[in-house]
Amino acid sequence: MSILTGQEFSYLTRKLKRRPNSVEIDIVGVEWSEHCSYKSSKKYIRLLPMTGPRVIIAAGHDAAALDVGDGYVISVHIESHNHPSAIEPYGGAATGVGGVIRDIISIGTRPIAILDALRFGPIRARARNADTNSKSKWLLKNVVSGIGDYGNCIGVPTVGGEVEFDPSFEDYCLVDVASIGIARKEHIIPSKVDNDDLIILAGGSTGRDGIHGASFASAILDDEENRSAVQIPDPFLEKLLLEATIEAVEHGCIKAMKDLGGGGLSCCLSEAADNLKKQFEIELENVHTKHHDMSPAEIMMSESQERMLYITDRSKLQKLILIFDKYEIRYSIIGKVKDGSEVVIRFRGKIVASLPSNIFAHAPLLDRPIKRPRYLDRVNNSNNKKKKKKNEKNKTYFDLPKDITNINEVLLQMLSNPTIANKRWVYRQYDHEVGLRTIVKPGCGDASVLRLENGKFISVKLDGNSKHCYLDPYKGTLGCISESCRNVICTGAEPIGIVDHLQFASPEDPEVFWTFVQSINAIKDYCNYMNIPVVGGKVSFYNETSNGPIKPSPVIGSIGIIEKESWITDSHLRHGDSIFIIGFTCDEMGGSEYYEYFHNITGGVVPHVNLASDKINAKAMLQLIKNDLVGFVHDCSKGGLGIALAEMAIEGQIGITIDLNCVPNSCSRLDNLVFSESHSRFIFGTSQPVEVIRMLSKLKRLSFAKIGNADKHNENVIFRNTGRRSSAEADAVTVVVDIPLKKLAKTINAIEEIMNKL
Amino acid sequence: MQKNSKQLEKKCKIGIVVFPGSNCDRDVHSVLNNVLKVDADLVWHTSDNILQYDAVVIPGGFSYGDRLRAGIIAAHSPIVGKIKQMAKDGAPILGICNGFQVLVESCLLPGALMMNDSLNFVCRWTTLMVDNNKTPFTNCFSQHETFQIPVAHGQGRYIADKKTLQDLEKNNQVVLRYSDDDPNGSSHLIAAICNPQGNVMGLMPHPERASESILSPGRSTNKAILIFKSLISYLTNSNNILYHRKNKR
Repeated sequence: MSILTGQEFSYLTRKLKRRPNSVEIDIVGVEWSEHCSYKSSKKYIRLLPMTGPRVIIAAGHDAAALDVGDGYVISVHIESHNHPSAIEPYGGAATGVGGVIRDIISIGTRPIAILDALRFGPIRARARNADTNSKSKWLLKNVVSGIGDYGNCIGVPTVGGEVEFDPSFEDYCLVDVASIGIARKEHIIPSKVDNDDLIILAGGSTGRDGIHGASFASAILDDEENRSAVQIPDPFLEKLLLEATIEAVEHGCIKAMKDLGGGGLSCCLSEAADNLKKQFEIELENVHTKHHDMSPAEIMMSESQERMLYITDRSKLQKLILIFDKYEIRYSIIGKVKDGSEVVIRFRGKIVASLPSNIFAHAPLLDRPIKRPRYLDRVNNSNNKKKKKKNEKNKTYFDLPKDITNINEVLLQMLSNPTIANKRWVYRQYDHEVGLRTIVKPGCGDASVLRLENGKFISVKLDGNSKHCYLDPYKGTLGCISESCRNVICTGAEPIGIVDHLQFASPEDPEVFWTFVQSINAIKDYCNYMNIPVVGGKVSFYNETSNGPIKPSPVIGSIGIIEKESWITDSHLRHGDSIFIIGFTCDEMGGSEYYEYFHNITGGVVPHVNLASDKINAKAMLQLIKNDLVGFVHDCSKGGLGIALAEMAIEGQIGITIDLNCVPNSCSRLDNLVFSESHSRFIFGTSQPVEVIRMLSKLKRLSFAKIGNADKHNENVIFRNTGRRSSAEADAVTVVVDIPLKKLAKTINAIEEIMNKL
Repeated sequence: MQKNSKQLEKKCKIGIVVFPGSNCDRDVHSVLNNVLKVDADLVWHTSDNILQYDAVVIPGGFSYGDRLRAGIIAAHSPIVGKIKQMAKDGAPILGICNGFQVLVESCLLPGALMMNDSLNFVCRWTTLMVDNNKTPFTNCFSQHETFQIPVAHGQGRYIADKKTLQDLEKNNQVVLRYSDDDPNGSSHLIAAICNPQGNVMGLMPHPERASESILSPGRSTNKAILIFKSLISYLTNSNNILYHRKNKR
């Protein structure tokens, strides 16, 4: 595996004013890999708004911290483990959880929740052949057990997430894990060290597992010979490390700490020394290792799991050692802090590497070329008559689907689409309740709500949409943020921060890099407009296999705060509720599950987030919630109105009758109205329709309407259309959908059905 | 008399044993101390003061990372030796989830807990029915009362040989059963059993997660708290506690 590029080598030589030795080349190579250094993306990430009144530790550290009042802070971080999970799904996913948990611990906070966003190839029928199909199922099964076994064992609940299936992930998978932590403000690690402080490495022994993991994640996955680059998970040790660290923090034994992840000691030491602006003197012989014959470079690059680096005052050393002994954790005192700016690595007394940390920790940034991808012309041209003239020479357009008359049948098929179907099979394998915090549980609301010590609540959700982002990375990314914020709003929360996880193929491809830049622009625009800080993030490039690149897949996590318990919305519709919609539905079918899954069409206009209406709609929704005027609230996204309404009926086990003609829209077709994924829409049930109308009517430029009722005596989901939509339809009342609840409830369990057959 | 029982209530102390890898210890502690306002301590497995407590809870989690077999390493630790002595003396011992596994592995309770029939870990709510309301852990329930409670386990399928199952039924040792939907495939729908004396009980579901209404789906029920209330009422009944204290001496 190549490490430093020729240019980087000469840059390093110039900076050091000497030729780097072979150990230095190895360890700088790891630190300067794309995975650790963000050398392609850093320039762009700096453009994101990262500050705000609640932000105590901004993005760019192991984890960010937000003030939630009353002396408490929450921390948040997101990571992925895509490359390892694609070849060894169980270990890859499990160590992904371990890594993000240690990031949360690293700033002195106790992890209280895990969320996972997963992407796989299709697990049923539509995949090109049965072979990849069974591989996707194998990946799904093992990723879920990997996350479950790790999270369950360490006693941190996995409270939410999402799963998307798309052919661009065949033979591959995206495994994103986010975690939330909590602490008293005074326990946040000060990250200030002094001369003569001790540097301690504790936890797992350093071995040859996972050497070059970071460089491996900085290249395209071409075969499965890289298994040795996957690390081995040990959740039991992580649990001990977690308890010991929190105990040490509470006893004031730790002045600075950092977890060891990608890039191992190289990355950890260089970044810590650079952040603390101090000299580190390290003796590698003291490191407790798995093998007797490890070379200095191997010790520096090992990515063995469950390790933490602590810096402590000599006076606190005895207490710290007592804590390690209590939990039977191995530790080594590997060095000390000095005044200066170098990281000096010795092995058996001899200096093997000596590098200024400001050079070591900062790879030269790259200026990657960008180019708008050609495929966008093809997917944005539909074969409709007007355009055809213009594009006569261009044969790469797609055909609009024929008008569908049997929406009843389509709705059932859409519900059994694994991307839309319920994720019960997944979240029931995760302990989502340990900790006594999970108020809104997975499957019971649009986001997960957790109780905090100060009587407030936070709401968290991860969202992504690779189908939208492929057709239009800018609009697609805007949509992901809007959806994720909408989901936390649906539970009654005000968004206070987002984390972004940007996953793309090779940044060396200008067309791929263009999609990355578009995504960044979308996050910047949304967050600036809404005044929401980006409090954490991660970039993962080189997500491609021999089949080609993945679709651009930014995943956005939203964190919202709920000040009062009474603002948490209901978990289901109630008998007699009137059903309302806020927001406007348009012919925005590009990348919709309806086009992609049902018609197998990749193309069309991607839903656009109008920032002004997005803000107004969210404000209106929160105003209703805070005035206690609504019951159950549901976001309208993947699968559109039809799916959202069916889900509400299934969740509440209650029949509903909807008049589609009441829905504010500009759709040209009935199937578009039912399945369009236009953003900024909320559907809710209320027992006080008159007050709702009175309050919403006062708001300007707001589209809303009462569209139906919930009735426990009705055992069906019924969509009527009382108006005339096209000349082919009669004026009279038409029943568009009429399906028994029981049938819907069975259909939506599709994933369980598929996976239990394995 | 009233005053006397209140004094005893203050004095009754519950020990929550913490093994490396236990992870529901803080949850049980919070319910006992903050919700029920009784005196309960976390007791690290190497400490030698467990005998001073009037009752012991072995909480859920993954003691020793479930290595070898769930609960088996903890079952052979010195503190469990002391707990066995307390059990013999009549002190109430409650094992929840992994705690149940420890009790079975240490032979304080018969049978075994095997991998769920789904072969997957399962975390969800279910309904239990009280089959014996005469134990220190169920005396606040009425007979055959049902209540909602969550499970979260990979190895929760209770099995035992025919003779043992017959004896359990005959002696009223099946305390709680899954009522209609059984999450793991247990024999006789067993969710909790006790020893013949009734003072040692193991249960797979998590009562500490269902002791506050806000934590239940629909935020509506907290009946499972009666398990802890039963224990406290048993301990604060002067006859019981005096009996146990006498034995302790």
